[in-house]
Amino acid sequence: MKDPIIQLTGLTKSYGKVIAVDKLDLQIYPGEIFGLLGPNGAGKTTSILMMLGLTEPTAGTAYVCGHNATRNPIAVKRKVGYLPDNVGFYPEMTALENLCFIAELNGLTKSYAQACAKDMLHVVGLEQEMHKKTGAFSRGMKQRLGLAEVLIKTPEVAILDEPTLGIDPKGVDEFLELIKRLSKEHNLTVLLSSHHLHQVQRVCDRVGIFVGGKLLVEGSIEHLAHNLQQQEGVTTAITLEAPGDMARFEEALKTLPGFRKLTVTGYSIELQTDADVTAAAVRLLVNSGANVVAVSRNDYKLDDIYNTYFENSITTKTAHEKSNGFFKRYQ
Amino acid sequence: MKNPTVSSKDINSHPAAAMQVLVSKEIAAHIRSWRFNILILLIVLTFGASLYVSSMGLKDAVSNMRDPDQSFLYLKLLTTTDNSIPPFHVFLNFLAPLLGIALGFDAINAEYNNGTLTRLMAQPIYRDNLLFAKFLAPLIVVGTLFIALVLLMIGGGLLGTGVRIEPQELLRILGFTLISVLYVAFWLSLAILLSIRFRQPATSALTAIGIWLFFTVFFPILVNLAIRPFLPNPNYISEQEYLAYNELILNLLRLSPSQLYTDATTTLLMPSVRSLGPIAMEQMVGAIPSPLSFRESFLMVWPQVSGLTAAMMICFAWSYYIFMRREIRS
Repeated sequence: MKDPIIQLTGLTKSYGKVIAVDKLDLQIYPGEIFGLLGPNGAGKTTSILMMLGLTEPTAGTAYVCGHNATRNPIAVKRKVGYLPDNVGFYPEMTALENLCFIAELNGLTKSYAQACAKDMLHVVGLEQEMHKKTGAFSRGMKQRLGLAEVLIKTPEVAILDEPTLGIDPKGVDEFLELIKRLSKEHNLTVLLSSHHLHQVQRVCDRVGIFVGGKLLVEGSIEHLAHNLQQQEGVTTAITLEAPGDMARFEEALKTLPGFRKLTVTGYSIELQTDADVTAAAVRLLVNSGANVVAVSRNDYKLDDIYNTYFENSITTKTAHEKSNGFFKRYQ
Repeated sequence: MKNPTVSSKDINSHPAAAMQVLVSKEIAAHIRSWRFNILILLIVLTFGASLYVSSMGLKDAVSNMRDPDQSFLYLKLLTTTDNSIPPFHVFLNFLAPLLGIALGFDAINAEYNNGTLTRLMAQPIYRDNLLFAKFLAPLIVVGTLFIALVLLMIGGGLLGTGVRIEPQELLRILGFTLISVLYVAFWLSLAILLSIRFRQPATSALTAIGIWLFFTVFFPILVNLAIRPFLPNPNYISEQEYLAYNELILNLLRLSPSQLYTDATTTLLMPSVRSLGPIAMEQMVGAIPSPLSFRESFLMVWPQVSGLTAAMMICFAWSYYIFMRREIRS
């Protein structure tokens, strides 16, 4: 495998007694889109700030693009584009001026910055708003402008902190597609932080679930679902027309491979197995003379991943999420 | 993405370049802001008014043979008044703090509240570059404004009167300008310090104005109140003691930057001012009432100038210290 472009080892940050990030180890490889998922207050932003050298870690090291982010932040910032979660622009300057300013700060000459900025505004679809003052920009437009600003420095890594926060669902789709496309076109490594699993799963190659300052699991979404399945098994619920010879049915079902547990409530049977055996179970029941009217198989989906890992934190944190994340989860 | 190919001439990775970009952005932002334009208008108006008053009384001032400074026409233009309005340097004693505060009170906290600080800090610039730019840009603007004003005044004087300007006068006027900029710099660095310390621009502006009011209005009263209980009746103490008390009061007053500024500008603009404290008759014996040379005047105000510089440096160093350790996230 290639060398990781972001390598965090034992990264820790504590504010007094509160540990915001606890011994974070993470490798992100060139060209992948990594989703850092976690509820608010999990320490995602703190970790990102440490990767950029904007906050000093209490312990551990962060290597980004081969540079130590704490010791040599300027070299890191040259190669990394960062979109903060509440991105803001100088309201009295136009979109183009804002963008040119950042481009020039990154060492582009004035004329080149101008040309580049216009191109970028095209890429993110803001060419109509080029000469509007950013004070009048909507949240979604600001995010797009922020993305243009990340891209204008032709980064190797783009770090986007809650990029979908506060954009309407259609805007989110477009925004994520844009990120995905750009990442593929330019072999850009993207680190995306979010508390919105549903959105992130569409674009991320790999996700890490980050709760309470700790990285609980990492891997692709399928991998996580598979793991969860291994752990929890598959649940199949079968409803019968009328209660038949339940004891015989039970006996038959217990012979299934990977059988774990069986509960009967009224007309329905709930079956738990290691792997998916729905078809076999139904055949068995039919053969034993049962009249099956409904079958439902419980796949481990995102919600389950979410619930399993975020469970504890969700119950305590929903009350004060950054910007109504509570409602967004149920969109 | 139509990304034009980058050639080496398009990239300017010199470290000073980022600083230059920051400063020019700050200057542009100031010049375009309503706040600054109103202040400029205020200053130009007071400058015009005091100049008008002084040019009216100029004839009398220059022909007053008992005044040792009568030959300095251009200094007279800056200092003569018929007491209807104060001369420009006294005006500036009030306006310069306002200028400094207005240009600096939201330097950092506005960036913070706008969400632009994190974005800016994620660019390959050093953190102190931002602070320097916030400090330098207003000073460049104010310096340009002041120099333009005095040059206009000199030009107008040359055209109107046809009197040649003495090199000494030019030096004194430039020295006055420099000290005025320094005075603005002190208030600017104080305002920047408060803008880092307080999250709300309104709080930092109010605090800065509070400090300014304290020094201009309450400080002299406070010094008076504090000294009076200890001050013996002047009729019963020797002249030596009397002078010592006087000196003490003056020195206490000099803790205020506006007093330092008044001392420095008065001495520079009035060449006949020989001492900033009381002088005994014995010291004056044999002295010819003639103007001092520029060098002597400048030596006299050197403590004031260094005092102002030190106060500015302390404020700046302090803001530097707290800004460098500040958590960037909101």
